[in-house]
Amino acid sequence: MVGYEYYSRKARDMSSELVNESGPHVGRRALRVEDAALLTGRGHYADDVGVKPGTLQAAILRAPHAHAEIVSIDTAAAEQLPGVRAVLTGADVRQWAAPFPVGVHQPMEHWCMAIDKVRYVGEPVAVVIAEDRYLAEDALDFVEVQYRQLPAAVDPEAAAGAQAPVLHEAVGSNVVTDRHFSYGDPDAAFEAAEHCVSLTIHYPRNSTTPIEGFVVVAEYLAGGEGYDVLSNFQGPFAIHTVVARALKVGSSRLRLRFVKDSGGSFGVKQAVSTYVALLCLAARKAGAPVKWVEDRYEHLMASAAAPNRVTTIEAAVQADGTLAALRYDQMDDCGAYLRAPEPATLYRMHGIMTGAYRVRNLAVRNRVVLTNKTPSALVRGFGGPQMYFALERLMQRIAVELDLDPLEVIRRNLIQPDAFPYRAPAGALIGSGNYQESLALAVGRGNLDELLQRRQAARAAGRLYGIGYAAVVEPSISNMGYITTVMTAEARAKAGPKNGAIASATVSVDPLGCVTVIIDSVPGGQGHRTATAQVVADVLGLVPEDIIVNTELDTQKDAWSIAAGNYSSRFAGAVAGSVHVAALRIREKMAQIAADTLQAPPDTIQFAGGTLYSSEAPDRRLRFHRVAGLTHWSPGSLPADMQPGLRETVFWSPPQAEAPDDKDVINSSAAYGFIFDICAVEVDRATGQVRIDRYVTSHDAGCLLNPALAEGQIRGGFAQGLGAALLEEYRYGADGSFLSGTLADYLMPTACEVPEPIIVHLETPSPYTPLGAKGIGEGNNMSTPVCIANAVADALGVADVRLPLTPSRVHALLAEPEPEPPSAEASRAPAASADGSRAGRDTLRMSGTVQLAAPPERVYAVLMDPDALASVIPGCHALEQVDEHTYRAEVTIGIGVVKARYQAQVTLSDLDPPHGLSLGGKGMSALGTAQGSGTVRLEPMAGGTRLAYDYDIAVSGKVAAVGSRMLEGAAKVILQQLFERLGRKASGETIVARPSWWRRLLAFLGIGR
Amino acid sequence: MKPSAFDYVRADRVQDIFDAFGHYGAEARILAGGQSLMAMVNYRLARPKALVDISRCAELDYMHVRDGHLVVGAAVTQARVQQREALAREVPLLHLAFPYISHFQIRSRGTVCGSIAHADPSAELPLCLAALQGSVVLRSKSGRRTLAADAFFTGMLMTAIEDGEFIEEVRFPLAAEGHRYRFDEVALRRGDFAIVSLAVVASASDVALTIGGVADRPVTRRWPRSVAGDLPAALAAFAWDLQAQSDPHVSAAYRRHLVRTLGQRLITEVLDETVS
Repeated sequence: MVGYEYYSRKARDMSSELVNESGPHVGRRALRVEDAALLTGRGHYADDVGVKPGTLQAAILRAPHAHAEIVSIDTAAAEQLPGVRAVLTGADVRQWAAPFPVGVHQPMEHWCMAIDKVRYVGEPVAVVIAEDRYLAEDALDFVEVQYRQLPAAVDPEAAAGAQAPVLHEAVGSNVVTDRHFSYGDPDAAFEAAEHCVSLTIHYPRNSTTPIEGFVVVAEYLAGGEGYDVLSNFQGPFAIHTVVARALKVGSSRLRLRFVKDSGGSFGVKQAVSTYVALLCLAARKAGAPVKWVEDRYEHLMASAAAPNRVTTIEAAVQADGTLAALRYDQMDDCGAYLRAPEPATLYRMHGIMTGAYRVRNLAVRNRVVLTNKTPSALVRGFGGPQMYFALERLMQRIAVELDLDPLEVIRRNLIQPDAFPYRAPAGALIGSGNYQESLALAVGRGNLDELLQRRQAARAAGRLYGIGYAAVVEPSISNMGYITTVMTAEARAKAGPKNGAIASATVSVDPLGCVTVIIDSVPGGQGHRTATAQVVADVLGLVPEDIIVNTELDTQKDAWSIAAGNYSSRFAGAVAGSVHVAALRIREKMAQIAADTLQAPPDTIQFAGGTLYSSEAPDRRLRFHRVAGLTHWSPGSLPADMQPGLRETVFWSPPQAEAPDDKDVINSSAAYGFIFDICAVEVDRATGQVRIDRYVTSHDAGCLLNPALAEGQIRGGFAQGLGAALLEEYRYGADGSFLSGTLADYLMPTACEVPEPIIVHLETPSPYTPLGAKGIGEGNNMSTPVCIANAVADALGVADVRLPLTPSRVHALLAEPEPEPPSAEASRAPAASADGSRAGRDTLRMSGTVQLAAPPERVYAVLMDPDALASVIPGCHALEQVDEHTYRAEVTIGIGVVKARYQAQVTLSDLDPPHGLSLGGKGMSALGTAQGSGTVRLEPMAGGTRLAYDYDIAVSGKVAAVGSRMLEGAAKVILQQLFERLGRKASGETIVARPSWWRRLLAFLGIGR
Repeated sequence: MKPSAFDYVRADRVQDIFDAFGHYGAEARILAGGQSLMAMVNYRLARPKALVDISRCAELDYMHVRDGHLVVGAAVTQARVQQREALAREVPLLHLAFPYISHFQIRSRGTVCGSIAHADPSAELPLCLAALQGSVVLRSKSGRRTLAADAFFTGMLMTAIEDGEFIEEVRFPLAAEGHRYRFDEVALRRGDFAIVSLAVVASASDVALTIGGVADRPVTRRWPRSVAGDLPAALAAFAWDLQAQSDPHVSAAYRRHLVRTLGQRLITEVLDETVS
């Protein structure tokens, strides 16, 4: 425990330093009170908290298909396994629950589990509840589900078309909302403009991935008391009402409780709510408390993602680069269901679509398309990364196309310092800022001149060096009314007004004068307890160590409202602000008591060093705990009419967070910070790798409560933004199969990949928050992806850069011609050759030739003879004829230690003896499905047959999700085995296959043949 | 993500391994560092009946120089080989490659022989063994057989290990007088699976390039030193012959490009150095 002692000593030293130092605690780099526990392994994460005796464990059976009807579910075999208590299916869900309310008016249903159709890979289909998680997972293999596969809609642009398979039939289209907005006179501005610059961007589907996955412990209470849930859901608590409606209980009968620590939240923990509903039903079915801990595979595949977005953005521009109008056409791919609060990703930025620029004419078209992917949800940055990727790429394109300096184009359009408070055309009310000053700080502290010289020198030497910029207005404290902008003004009028951004806090002082604060932000790891204690200490003349802050909200006992939660960077402005207001009320009451005792006017009472005194007689001091104690021990000695006790709860909402008006003008957030980033990169021409030479990020988040915490947010957001720029993407196959099921497939940056950014602060206080603070939690998630992309685009001189900028993709942008394959070489290739290609996201296509030492007739005969065919198919045991050219088979496919046993169907068609045929196979296993279809051509040649094959291969489920790196190699191995065995069989060789593991197992068990 | 049930057998002696093989047959898997196997077991991609843990088997815990080879027993971790003081002199290629093998936490659990047995086409140790023309000693109840690396690796994740056999040791030839060694690799992140990894071994007469991460196993091509002028064409042909594959992150064309470009860079470097 040496490390811990060192840490405590250090903390003590620093805190005594703080005590001795005069002046406020807010604004200091106070050490996090959270860390002593976290760094010594004594944190309380959701999975660590003890559960009641008899609590069962759940495992979720998930859809292997992107789009399929559920024909039947048979749970009998699973239920009979020892240790299995119950299996929850769609039938139970239909009986006890209702679909989640959806944010747009469309005839579509989202239940917490698939009812009759699955719409994305990973969608819950059944929940097994067992005595432990091992048994529950064992039982998943025994739940038999029959599916009828349907074509999948995967690409958002194709999914929006008339020919696409439709996910929700009653809607009739995958486009579930399409709204047009216009502010100022954009059409006239485009008409009159000297130049029009446009760009289409494809922002990828990605996430911000916490170390800790979802955790839910649910219990169905006796006596109609509803459900009790402990989880790491993060809010917004408007979703509490959504879940209560889905569970068909009053919201007081859905008690949500929280734990002390969080292994990261980042928005995605909002999606825990879907599983809160599911696990409540599982607990009801099992008649016991049920715990579920999401694993990494489940998290990557089926938790949540930011919607990928296709945007066409245009600017009307004057020759000097001044913007006259902006026009967006945005389409979010929200996945299979519109899960509340979606389509909020599309509207979160709505008031601030003009960014940092003073352009007054704006047109916006917003569409949401549904596809066969995991439903989107909150992801840190929430709409900002997508929007700024379009806007700030466009600003660079304007500079390139008009031959201007990109920095000058930005500078020329920035909102002027004297314009604040500034009302943006779509409604954002920006209270304060000095964007020129922030930019100048970045340029100066980041030494842009030096970077420009480096670029010049590098280019002179033939190297690829680029510089990118991004100017971002960072919204915080979401106005709950912004989501209703998706509705027309008439629909809004009908639904009733929605607005505000309520934060609540409770400060109480107990009989010994100790202070406890309860806040509504729930833990996310940011250090809220630390900053809250700093705020309260200042108000009450105490030190932060005197204040205990509790973030373990309980919806039955604590103050909360719909905007509560850990999202939209609302802590510093709203939560800490409401804490400040509550502490002021405590102070006011204590000042009255002290004034009464000291016979001094209340407004002269000062709080300092744990004492209260009148500024008129500073020598006579009352101890803080004595004054507070009176409210408990001696209510009779309080001033007349004063209530006993000392506890104040405050609900605070910024009055500026108004509902959208009838022209769709919406102040979508309460505060707006500013970021200006500069990124310099060098691209390795040989490898396509991007090296960040320098990254400068200049922030104005108003008054910083604790700069160390603020910089923690900047560093974390920067790392995630860098991941989005260079590495991270949830990838899907053309059939909707999910391909990013491990952290070796979904690549997040590690410490090795993240350079240290240069951080600069400017503090212009927000006039709309109690402490002048603006949010800082998401800015770099918005600015960093596009800033890096701009730098790479500058280095390469290209317009269309798509994230993530992996080396392979960057290399493709360099467009170097490839030497031709030596054709002679190809024909000399060994016994088999295969060329796999998966251009972009197409299915895996394999073609090649094999030379067989038997004439075509003999080869053909093998294919027509079931017994011979069985001996040729690798890993085939038990081939059974279904009809003339269809067989049912059990096939074990193994590559190295990986083994999957498939229930397969083999079909021969397009028979053209002895020249060729189609040979297809389709199989289902616990690891997912696999199918191959294609043609085999047989041509006679000297000494035998030249067999040419051309196959499309589709693999879904776990094998695709976790094995995508090796899929092509595996497919090749299996095809080659197939055709080599075919050749040997046809030429009369006996195939002595090594007995399969399955057969050996049966033999071992004494039941084999 | 919990594995299906398996028996755990701790083999303190080699005889325990044979006993386990006798009891479980081919359903027993050797567990050494578990850095690849346990992930697959937890994902239930592999469902072995028994895991036979050799990590504490003293008989397999040895590393020494013998008959011109660095001999590494099956229980020796990658970290221990990497930390061997004389490694840079004894087997310079290994010394160059080790920093690319994942991260130190994984090297301190993962074993050299385990990586060879797993035969991941992107792994560095199989590449080094193939480039150096090392060998693998397979032991079974009936004795030992020694296979050259080329004969040992038979395909993606596939080797010549038969039922009842396990890798007892691998042998890396010591640096030869006048030979030069180079290693390079491109991965998406530090420590990731190689997109392409390259090892160059240059002798007085020829230069050999071994490529990992592209074909289904490490593949070597050897040219006389006089290839220098024809190198671009030779590398282009080699790159095509490897039948590169695409995956969701990387195109086959990019892999071929890296073989050509980095192959050219490494070989030119090594030829220049040995001349001077």
